[in-house]
Amino acid sequence: MTTSLPPTTAAIRAPITAIGEAPSAWKVVVRVASTVWSNGKARIGLVMLALFVLLAIFAPLIAPYGASETGFERSADGSAAHWLGTTAAGEDVLSQLLYGAQVSIFVGLVAGLLSTIIAVLIGLSWGYVRGFGADVINFIVNLFLVIPGLPLMIVIAAYLSGGGIGMIIVVVVITGWAWGARVLRSQTQSLRSRDFVTAAVFSGERPFRIVFREILPNMTSLIVGNFFGAATAAILAEAGLEFLGLGDSTVVSWGTMLFWAQNSNALLTGQWALLFAPGLCIALLATSLTLINFGVDGISNPRLREGTKR
Amino acid sequence: MTSTTAAPRGAESRPPTRPGPTDAAHAPSPIATSLGYVARKLGLFALTLWAAVTVNFLLPRLMPGTPADAALAKLAQNGPVSEATKAAIEAQLGVPTGNIFEQYLAYLHQVVTLDFGISYTFYPQSVGELVSAALPYTLVLVGLVTVVAFVLGTLLGVLAAWKRGTWLDSVPTLVGSFMSAFPYFWTALLLLFFAGYVLRLFPTSGAYGPTAEPNLSFEFFGDALYHGVLPALTILITSLGGWILGMRNTMISTLGDDYVTFAEANGLKPRTIALRYAARNAILPNLTSFGLALGGVVGGSILVEQVFGYPGIGYLLFNAVTNQDYPLMQALFLMITVSVLIANFLVDILYGVLDPRTRR
Repeated sequence: MTTSLPPTTAAIRAPITAIGEAPSAWKVVVRVASTVWSNGKARIGLVMLALFVLLAIFAPLIAPYGASETGFERSADGSAAHWLGTTAAGEDVLSQLLYGAQVSIFVGLVAGLLSTIIAVLIGLSWGYVRGFGADVINFIVNLFLVIPGLPLMIVIAAYLSGGGIGMIIVVVVITGWAWGARVLRSQTQSLRSRDFVTAAVFSGERPFRIVFREILPNMTSLIVGNFFGAATAAILAEAGLEFLGLGDSTVVSWGTMLFWAQNSNALLTGQWALLFAPGLCIALLATSLTLINFGVDGISNPRLREGTKR
Repeated sequence: MTSTTAAPRGAESRPPTRPGPTDAAHAPSPIATSLGYVARKLGLFALTLWAAVTVNFLLPRLMPGTPADAALAKLAQNGPVSEATKAAIEAQLGVPTGNIFEQYLAYLHQVVTLDFGISYTFYPQSVGELVSAALPYTLVLVGLVTVVAFVLGTLLGVLAAWKRGTWLDSVPTLVGSFMSAFPYFWTALLLLFFAGYVLRLFPTSGAYGPTAEPNLSFEFFGDALYHGVLPALTILITSLGGWILGMRNTMISTLGDDYVTFAEANGLKPRTIALRYAARNAILPNLTSFGLALGGVVGGSILVEQVFGYPGIGYLLFNAVTNQDYPLMQALFLMITVSVLIANFLVDILYGVLDPRTRR
């Protein structure tokens, strides 16, 4: 019995793909989505994520005030006019919270996508090539894996000081792609010895096509899972860097809200809503992605599907 | 995993110490294999070490601005800096001179002799003095908590996988994944707010009281312990989930392996199967992470230390970064990286001992 179980359906489908009848991308998306949705935890995660995305998109319509609109009473507690109170600079906390969702979701999406793309490109080529090339990639990836992430991020952020959100995305991607590359590489290695790959080699396909058209579709679930993992890490890293004041502290995000809350002594003035709300949002958004990943895990490993006993 | 894992094993055989039948056929003597394995890992370690040391050298030089500019910019805030002052400051602070190769050699000399010069921010204290003052706090606080979190999390993970589908599984998995999604600094802020400011149970900042002098008395230890509770709790809360989930997922995998089914068929006690068979094999990936986590202890917990004003390595790094104190920053980053590298190397060796399949 093999311990690394690829999706059985994908393995059966693969030779057909080699002939040229690729299943439409839409069908794949529907299949993946329905497997994920069938998992109870993932369903909760998807609903939570959808809620956050809607709040972020419609923030300008929902938010009672502008994100940086000042002039209200300073450090006020919650009231009818300001449900979650105001900041020390006299801004409305609820409005900041809604606009802050835009930054977190944007950074999570972009940084998650970029790290996943790099991880796929490097991981798959690394798993396919052999010999000296593989050793060189191995060395580079291991170097990125062992250098501790947060200190590296902070040091790079210090050298690139004042770069704003773009800088944060760059830092998060530089420190975040290596893990996914390693996971995808081992799956590529196990797939490359399968018959459908040998068949593709004998039919004279170029390595590039074999890796990205034959092998890649079999790893959809791993790649999707990697994206959600990377996006979670990116959201937490972005909040952490901004909380330390290493981002652009004029941007309204959940991280900078907490940065200003700590620096304006919200702890002393007892504004629990200002401390509680942004962190809870970060935690809930990150949790929603983690929960979705429970369902994604189930695609690649049927043992992790809900309701199945071993 | 390779096909050798799947070979059914007898009730008394110990999977990690017996090579599979295919390996045994053409493998050289075990000792030669082990020595080759260690030598290969040692070579790789040396190469990675050199690369990390070089990255640490190149990083500031690849970025816009030089360390000297940063130091002089600070001085320039108090008025114009003359050429003579500039030269004097550069000489005093030991700002690197010469071309890049000479700088690299000078830097390697610094690394070998562990002499990183004088801190820009905490002048005239040397980088070495600052580091050795901060290191004990970080090592004790983060080190102890890491060990506790690993042991507790792994045990809970074993339980969750073994009692799959019951509340013993769902509660730790859900709570664990929710807690590991908490931003460290937010957990820290909340604990600080409720336990420190509202309930006034614990001190709000520092590693010891304002009147205490660091020494080896019981009083000081008590005081330090009292100050360490909240930071320790924060790290425990946020790191426990990862250990639980990691152990649970690998153990669910090993529980499905044939040797477990075989052990069940042999009528072994469930607890023996869970601990001696499934958990024993499933712990390897968690052990790797534990080794890396121990290596990471030296780096401290930057966010937690910053919130609690805890004078450890993470706090020092944060201060070095915000003050653009390049000598301190370089030394700290190097130290943090090298400890993780050493831990990684040791884990690799240990892994080879525990799982002979990796010694290919």
